[in-house]
Amino acid sequence: MTLETFLQNIANGISLGSLYALIAIGYTMVYGIIRLINFAHADLLMVASYAAFYGILIFALPWWLSFLLAILLTTILGMSIEKIAYRPLRDAPRISALISAIGVSFLLQNLGIVLVGASPKPFPRPENLVWNIHLGGISFLSLAVIIPLITLVLLAAVNLVVNKTNIGIAMRAVSRDFETASLMAVDVNKVVVTTFAVGSGLAAVGGIMWSLQYPQIDPLMGVFPGLKCFIAAVMGGIGSVPGAMVGGFLLGMGEVMLVGFMPDLSGYRDAFAFVVLILILLFKPGGILGEHVVEKV
Amino acid sequence: MKVRKFLALMAAVLLAAVALVGCGGGGEKASSEDAAKDSDVIKIGVYEPLTGINAAGGEMTLDGIELANKLYPEVLGKKVELVVADNKSEKQEAANAVARLVNEGVDVIIGSYGSSLSMAGGPVAEEAGVPVIGCSPTNPLVTKGNDYYFRVCFIDPFQGTVMANYAVNTLGAKTAAIIQDVQQDYSVGLSKYFEESFKELTGDENAIVAKVNYNTGDKDFSAQLTEVKDKNPDVIFAPGNFTECGILVERARELGIKAPILGGDTWEAKEFLNRVGDLEDIYFSTHFTAEEPVTEVSETFLNEFKKEYPDKQVNAFAALGFDSYLLALDAIERAGSTDHEKIKEELAKTSGFKGATGIITLDENGDATKTAIIKKVEDGKFVYEAKVDPQN
Repeated sequence: MTLETFLQNIANGISLGSLYALIAIGYTMVYGIIRLINFAHADLLMVASYAAFYGILIFALPWWLSFLLAILLTTILGMSIEKIAYRPLRDAPRISALISAIGVSFLLQNLGIVLVGASPKPFPRPENLVWNIHLGGISFLSLAVIIPLITLVLLAAVNLVVNKTNIGIAMRAVSRDFETASLMAVDVNKVVVTTFAVGSGLAAVGGIMWSLQYPQIDPLMGVFPGLKCFIAAVMGGIGSVPGAMVGGFLLGMGEVMLVGFMPDLSGYRDAFAFVVLILILLFKPGGILGEHVVEKV
Repeated sequence: MKVRKFLALMAAVLLAAVALVGCGGGGEKASSEDAAKDSDVIKIGVYEPLTGINAAGGEMTLDGIELANKLYPEVLGKKVELVVADNKSEKQEAANAVARLVNEGVDVIIGSYGSSLSMAGGPVAEEAGVPVIGCSPTNPLVTKGNDYYFRVCFIDPFQGTVMANYAVNTLGAKTAAIIQDVQQDYSVGLSKYFEESFKELTGDENAIVAKVNYNTGDKDFSAQLTEVKDKNPDVIFAPGNFTECGILVERARELGIKAPILGGDTWEAKEFLNRVGDLEDIYFSTHFTAEEPVTEVSETFLNEFKKEYPDKQVNAFAALGFDSYLLALDAIERAGSTDHEKIKEELAKTSGFKGATGIITLDENGDATKTAIIKKVEDGKFVYEAKVDPQN
């Protein structure tokens, strides 16, 4: 492998890894606070992409406005899902909420198929946002720079909110114990809704970035990134926001390098993700940066 | 218990009775079949999906068959009568339709659109010993192991051979890279044949410089393409679904890969064109073109089709239906009689037959090795580029 090819692989790895990281952050944040794996996260990503798509193509909005509206719409949808599908189950066993999440996920996918049709649509790439960069023999999209930046900024913002603000303190309290927190005058409903709002907003940003990078959208487009980013979140330690970042980068870089160094194994890319997941869970059950919580009796 | 046993017995007796009656019916039909043989009519059966989800395909094929029947209504001095059976796009109905045609006493059967329908009808025809000519089923299993099934279309993997031919002889390629979807038989089959032919034509065992895989549904191909770029091949062969290939081809050009990219007939889709319409050097093989007559027969077909169906678009299925009918007539004429065994043997010997879709030769499986059409992407359109005739 020449140096040029190696650098090209690094560039590919960064652009895929940062995308995984971006989506994994939302996954892990919701889990960290509510202890619910929100399977609908991946489908919110699809909703955001379609919202942005129609905003640009049908309503002829400028791309930035369309993206903002898509994020807003997805956030509202995320909050409504919490209210309709998760809140009534808050006192039920955790598995019920999980199953409800799977149900919401299927609902959104099939609703998408009914409303917009199953055939893939080309997602528009705004020219002043996406362009090709050639550096020596390496070519990459401007997104390979933009997405990591967005990921880092959002990571810092989420960390700031969770650790430094009042609502963040309330979130951490709720994540420890719903009932005690509510006895301490924490408005649990408000905290949970806020969590979902932030989580859905992150999903929307991730979805739009994903669609810019791979500009073909369909109602089932969330399934694949959802699965990969869930793995990334678990690898990093589910519940840990920096962990999701690390997990996402590792997974993206690993997949690209596997193909780069062992092209014969390129068909086993997805299997690779799971093998790494199993290994990490075997040696570090909490994930790379996960806190090892001992259940108290 | 006793009541139940009695009921079971009754049911058995009834079933036996029905079976006997059924046999009787068949017997009567058989005698009428003998009568038909002596008459002045030769019957050709057609089973196509005329209702159900595949109705559009069946309809187009039938247009071609009926057009051919109108132009060439006689063989061996007898009138040819078409017997059409609708298989309703269902496998069970496809088997029934063939059985019905056999009962009607047809000498050759044509059909069906859809490989799975053809696979359901095939065994029935084989058991009855009636030869069948498939118009457009491309799955290799349709003719495999069935001596009575032939077809005028090529099977999927054949396109790999065609593209290797085109890459070496026309594009002058010495090295190639293959990018295949390991989950699709179609993609793996085409790649396998491409690899074999490409090595043979270049006489170089190492002519395939890179072979990388992906899975259906993948969207990130940058790693695979980087590997390909590193090896700098003269051409890239990437058969697969238009969804994945659209992104793949676009990404390849973004990464600065300039080599021509080749694929198969699945690329002839609007969605693919939307994505790669403004890119250059994208070629694929397909069955038919309305732009350019490839034989004298195509010229007749194109002209007559426009006359007969002025409101309809000329299409590959009609052309294949047209060819199936002509081949059936040709085989009957060569056999000199309507003896099914003789027709079957003559069909198997078909070589250099000129049809509307090209020059057809049937191989030992009854599959066509024939002229393939190469199209290329140009200014947001699919444009006829060349034809590749079979080598023999």
